[in-house]
Amino acid sequence: MQKIPLLGAEAIAQGAIDAGMSGVYAYPGTPSTEITEYVQNNKTAKERNIHSKWSANEKTALETALGMSYAGKRTLVCMKHVGLNVAADPFMNSAITGINGGLLITVADDPSMHSSQNEQDSRFYGKFAMIPTLEPSNQQEAYEMAYNGFELSEKYQTPVLIRITTRLAHSRADVLRNDLIAENVLKLPQDPNQFILLPAIARKRYKYLLDNQQNFIKSSEESNYNKYIEGNDKSLGIIACGIAYNYLLENYRDQEIPYPLIKIGQYPMPKSKIKKIADECNALLILEEGFPILEEMIKGYLENGILVHGRLDGTIPRDGELNPNIVRKGLGMTVTKGKDIPEFLANRPPSLCKGCGHIDTFIALNEVLAKYGKGRVFSDIGCYTLGALPPFNSIDSCVDMGASITMAKGAADAGLIPSVAVIGDSTFTHSGITGLLDAVNENSSITVIIADNYTTAMTGGQDSAATGKIEDICKAVGVDPEHIRVFVPLKKNMQEMINVMREEIEYNGISVIIPRRECIQTATRRKKEEKHK
Amino acid sequence: MKTDIILAGVGGQGILSIAATIGMAATKNNLHMKQAEVHGMSQRGGEVQSHMRISDNEIASDLIPEGFADLILSVEPMESLRYLPFLNKDGWIVTNSTPYVNIPDYPEMDKVINEIEKHPKHILIDADRIAKDIGSPKSSNIVMLGAASPFINIPFDDFIEGIKMIFGKKGEKVVNDNITALNAGRNFTEKNK
Repeated sequence: MQKIPLLGAEAIAQGAIDAGMSGVYAYPGTPSTEITEYVQNNKTAKERNIHSKWSANEKTALETALGMSYAGKRTLVCMKHVGLNVAADPFMNSAITGINGGLLITVADDPSMHSSQNEQDSRFYGKFAMIPTLEPSNQQEAYEMAYNGFELSEKYQTPVLIRITTRLAHSRADVLRNDLIAENVLKLPQDPNQFILLPAIARKRYKYLLDNQQNFIKSSEESNYNKYIEGNDKSLGIIACGIAYNYLLENYRDQEIPYPLIKIGQYPMPKSKIKKIADECNALLILEEGFPILEEMIKGYLENGILVHGRLDGTIPRDGELNPNIVRKGLGMTVTKGKDIPEFLANRPPSLCKGCGHIDTFIALNEVLAKYGKGRVFSDIGCYTLGALPPFNSIDSCVDMGASITMAKGAADAGLIPSVAVIGDSTFTHSGITGLLDAVNENSSITVIIADNYTTAMTGGQDSAATGKIEDICKAVGVDPEHIRVFVPLKKNMQEMINVMREEIEYNGISVIIPRRECIQTATRRKKEEKHK
Repeated sequence: MKTDIILAGVGGQGILSIAATIGMAATKNNLHMKQAEVHGMSQRGGEVQSHMRISDNEIASDLIPEGFADLILSVEPMESLRYLPFLNKDGWIVTNSTPYVNIPDYPEMDKVINEIEKHPKHILIDADRIAKDIGSPKSSNIVMLGAASPFINIPFDDFIEGIKMIFGKKGEKVVNDNITALNAGRNFTEKNK
């Protein structure tokens, strides 16, 4: 088979396609988006009619994938780390139902928060749900883990978590492919009760999951992804997880690593290997891209075992992603560095694109809210979050997908009237509708601005589940049609925009304002494509 | 043999096309290649960089260690300075001289140019003007690749092959424009290095 240059994210997609996957389910989120986009554009995937349309959110994605697994087919679900919070309910319960067709859940973490509101380590979720977790160190392993992950899933009848981080997701290298496998045939679960989590059945299923733990550990012990590499200098033993292994190797380019080393790529931890390295070394250095999970476990609460270095004792910084020099410092080696960055350099923070409709919306909103003072605008996750930055300084919160509407309602309940929510079209259908229903049921005095640009813009312009449906959804939820107002956010419409916003913000009840104009990025791309045809 | 390159610029300036072209040329030479990109939030007019590593040995890290890059290839002058900690002491800075001003506090141009000129090994090239002069204003990024190509251990013809593969879908004119841009950049460096 030929070598092809793939991003880590794309390698997972290709591995899953080659392993006979029948569907991918996902909501876009950096750095996971490219997995699904790769499937959408892949020739084999098209020929096989592999499902690859976007889901409304991560929870619907995971549940739908579980349904496909129920029907016997191999399925992949992808999301960013905070997406797994949204999908946590089906995630935890899928560990108890188990699977029928192989189920891989790929979660892309974003340590250092390049494009996220927090950094969290999805390996914790793997441990929480007690399912096998795979963590590739490079693109080839990412491919293999997706390709072989379905077999692991089907062998132990469990969902399998694949955890990647930003650097691997968005780094390209040559990947060697395996043979293309046929898709699974449609077949119902052998046990008709498997997926019915009524307490009596759930207790049995939970026991099954607990009994399965010894199989998961055995699989980790035997896994090719967990390697014990001998070393003569026993003053230190190193445990390197996932991509941390590369940064370690980078610091021993032309020489052997003198210390015993375990490379970890599959969890739960391979206990006998960990025990061996702890027995034969004086101290351990744990290298993890993310939280100090292994470190805490090995160190233990009472710290009465072997001396453990890592993120908890400051050998490695407690937060942020790793890089070769952080690992180098942790090894006590001298660090190389070029010249310092000149002091006069200016930062270039991300900003709304020139010509973006959100700009007009924020200008109008600032004008209308000026008389009420600052601190009344609740927003959430999308391009419009950039409205928090100068010159707009228009929004006062960004917490999670959908939190704009609900936080505005809470603030209004507390007496902060008017309170305004700013949410995007795709975020509205992701997590905004239920919050709007809460507000309607209590006729909260809030104004909800649904900035509709017909796309999921921040992640690069994926289809939005909301397109063409927003007014109908708002009406169906119970918003008075007279207080659903639409305009085109353009400079020339500024007076109309200000008037509409003023009327609705002054209205004592719930209203929805929809500034609607195509995203400038997708518009440019569309025009280019049309010209091409 | 290895070449570690920091590609720098502002979101939307085409550094990923440069990276893809180098990647194609590297693969054609059976070299190992790793290229870390930036996606997501910073693509919205923010600073973007890509770590591009090519080598005849296997490459471990996706990120170039500080003090290790052989070349900073920047399509924007101020951005070339942001990655100085990565450049090794014998490394080259090859940068476009046309600024991309999308912030109110962009430093004085003289300061930026002086700082670049302080570096013993640098190529400062007005890629935007050259691209206009050859009638292909959108190809300034490939002018930059041409200007940097003498410092990358890949035969020049393979960059041309790379361009044919990367831009082939966009038609013959786009391919030819970019090959002209590549040559123009290369010639500038040959005359000025």
